[in-house]
Amino acid sequence: MPEAPLRKILEVFQGRKGALIAILQRVQEEYGYLPQEALAEIAASLKLPASHVFSVATFYARFYLKRRGDHVVRVCQGTACHVRGARNIMETAEHRLGIKTGETTEDYRYSLERVACMGSCALAPIMMVDDTMHVHMTTKRVTEIFADAKNEGKKES
Amino acid sequence: MAPRNKPEIKTPEDINRLREFLRAEEPTYVNTVAVCCGTGCLASGGHDVKEAFNREIAEQAVREDIVVKKSGCRGFCECGPIAVVGLDNIFYCRVTTDDVPEIVAETLINGKTVERLLWEDPATGDRCVHEADIPFYKRQGRLVLRNCGHIDPTNIEDYIRFDGYQALAKTLSDLSPETVISTIKESGLRGRGGAGFPTGRKWESSRNASGDEKYIICNGDEGDPGAFMDRSVMEGDPQSVLEGMIIAGYAVGAHKGVIYVRAEYPLAIRHLSTAIAQATDLGLLGPNILGTGFDFEIKIVKGAGAFVCGESTALVMSVEGKRGFPKPLPRPNTSIVGLWGMPTVLNNVETLACVPPIIQKGAKWFKALGTEGNAGTKVFALSGHVKNTGLVEVPMGTTLREIIFGIGGGVRQDRAFKAVQTGGPSGGCIPEHLLDLPVEYESLAKAGSIMGSGGMLVMDESTCMVNMARYFLDFAQNESCGQCTLCRLGTRQMFEILKDITEGRGRPDDITVLLELAEAVGKGSICGLGQTVPNPVLSTIRYFREEYEEHIHEKRCRALVCRELISYRIKEYRCKACMLCLKACPVNAVIGAKWQAHEIDQSKCIKCGTCMTVCPPKFNAIECVSGVEASK
Repeated sequence: MPEAPLRKILEVFQGRKGALIAILQRVQEEYGYLPQEALAEIAASLKLPASHVFSVATFYARFYLKRRGDHVVRVCQGTACHVRGARNIMETAEHRLGIKTGETTEDYRYSLERVACMGSCALAPIMMVDDTMHVHMTTKRVTEIFADAKNEGKKES
Repeated sequence: MAPRNKPEIKTPEDINRLREFLRAEEPTYVNTVAVCCGTGCLASGGHDVKEAFNREIAEQAVREDIVVKKSGCRGFCECGPIAVVGLDNIFYCRVTTDDVPEIVAETLINGKTVERLLWEDPATGDRCVHEADIPFYKRQGRLVLRNCGHIDPTNIEDYIRFDGYQALAKTLSDLSPETVISTIKESGLRGRGGAGFPTGRKWESSRNASGDEKYIICNGDEGDPGAFMDRSVMEGDPQSVLEGMIIAGYAVGAHKGVIYVRAEYPLAIRHLSTAIAQATDLGLLGPNILGTGFDFEIKIVKGAGAFVCGESTALVMSVEGKRGFPKPLPRPNTSIVGLWGMPTVLNNVETLACVPPIIQKGAKWFKALGTEGNAGTKVFALSGHVKNTGLVEVPMGTTLREIIFGIGGGVRQDRAFKAVQTGGPSGGCIPEHLLDLPVEYESLAKAGSIMGSGGMLVMDESTCMVNMARYFLDFAQNESCGQCTLCRLGTRQMFEILKDITEGRGRPDDITVLLELAEAVGKGSICGLGQTVPNPVLSTIRYFREEYEEHIHEKRCRALVCRELISYRIKEYRCKACMLCLKACPVNAVIGAKWQAHEIDQSKCIKCGTCMTVCPPKFNAIECVSGVEASK
């Protein structure tokens, strides 16, 4: 973990009240996740117990303590998506990528996550790949989107 | 445009002058193309359509008085991308980049309508030219969404042109803080976040509380799955939220405001940031607003993903950079002891967006919109198995039937209606015989649901109610903050029982245990989350008990949803061995070959039903069975 960016972030937030969550967000933007060394350093700099920083980092769903894939796939599991078949979308994505929800492929190409709701319920079901939103998803389109993914669906021909 | 003539904003009266100036120069820009760039339309390709218009207009070099602008969410997300074109404001649906040359040539040059892109009434086949003719809009009364879709959310001048900041000007020049509070009290405005607490009273207690500093927090942490009205307001009309906050700040005596937005709404965060910067530039935020000596600043705090942060004390903790734990009971009201221990008004986005029109048009006008005790309008996010999905704003007291069948157009594919879920994980499922209930805080609570923030999910006969209860409890047990034992463990146990029932391991006394647990969790939790999460279970047992019993005793799911209780079969005598399902199966569970009837390998099948959807109706070779038949 290169330390310079972290130092810089900590400097920016120096002395600001209640900045812990904002710091964690910035650090995650920088490194893609929250490395353990970073958490320790943030705690030291804010003069907080490491346990406190860890508790905040683990409380919120949008903080990640492990390195994630280059592409983050988010399948919405909101109510509207649920009744329109989000589970099928999720399972097809799992199958295609060869990983379970919450995991990252071995080559760090993809991470697969569930989100509670993306607020585009009118277009359910929804899947997001990085910043691109795919709406009215079908299992067929999941297969197409990940056509080049590692697990090629193991066609037995 | 002649910037040197543009009035500078120094006093409240200048807002009016600027509006008149902007309106006066408007006629040269009336031939607009407004492309909806809300999250929904962007996802359907709205941005590309806007770019295509720019390109095409430049290429065809037709006229110079055409302006392409982006608008906020029009709420009819189902039909996106939406473009409203020309002098006559023709409403085009599902516009693709390929349609753009035709629209430019036909509508903008020849003044004709491109029929095929108009909205078509599925019932009559009639096409509607204007927004106002479409039943989806015709039956709505838009107050909170008044500007959404009509103004460019990234341009403060557009907001001012549409009467923006008039209410603030009036407040700062004519009204005392006490008058503002009494107007809001008199209007009967209640919190739109779900609980329905009278907004005026909240403001009053913060005003009367003592503190060195006071705060206004706008709750934009729309965490309820199935709700997206706050997102659309923040994206489509961010200035109205700011204006509401500034007025609240003036009334309460606060000089600092915080907008807490969930991280899943990047576009809302962007538009709010732009809005804050533009308002600050015009002197509508910052020190000495409009020369009246009133200071107010607003900053955005980005949420980090926790449903419980919708609860007021938890949200305050989160703004302070801590875990979002609701404070233990007995706890002081946030309006007296809130952020950093100071008096804090915490209002929902929709509530704040109601404030400017109330100040401008008066308490009586607002009150007249709704019913006794439920003033004004409410925005609902209509989704699920309904024909017209999107944002719907209706006067309080409108019936559920009117919303779902009148505005929503009824159930998709003309299936039978089963239930409507309001209020997200804290709400309940309402069956058909209660559809004539008026939408009011009290009536929904009596039916076992809540108003909630405004999610309204329509479910047809293909929805399993036990599965829905399981879905919500899964959500609840994930989102429980863990402080209260009964919420932490009780929701977990309820989820496990529901999981067992839906997976064929239901026991005869499960329903009794669920009811006992639901009561205990409700009583033994300190915050709104724990107190209301049993609602989806209680209401489904209350209205759909027979479905629970079928699952438990017959291992049957009538909606054919619960995977462990169903199986897909290929009827050999009907199978034409066309390979369609074999190719479509995402897990390659279909065995067979050309000229060889297909069969499903049950050990591989994930029961997604893809095979059934691709099997041509004339073959109709795939069936789904449940209960005794499935176990054969």
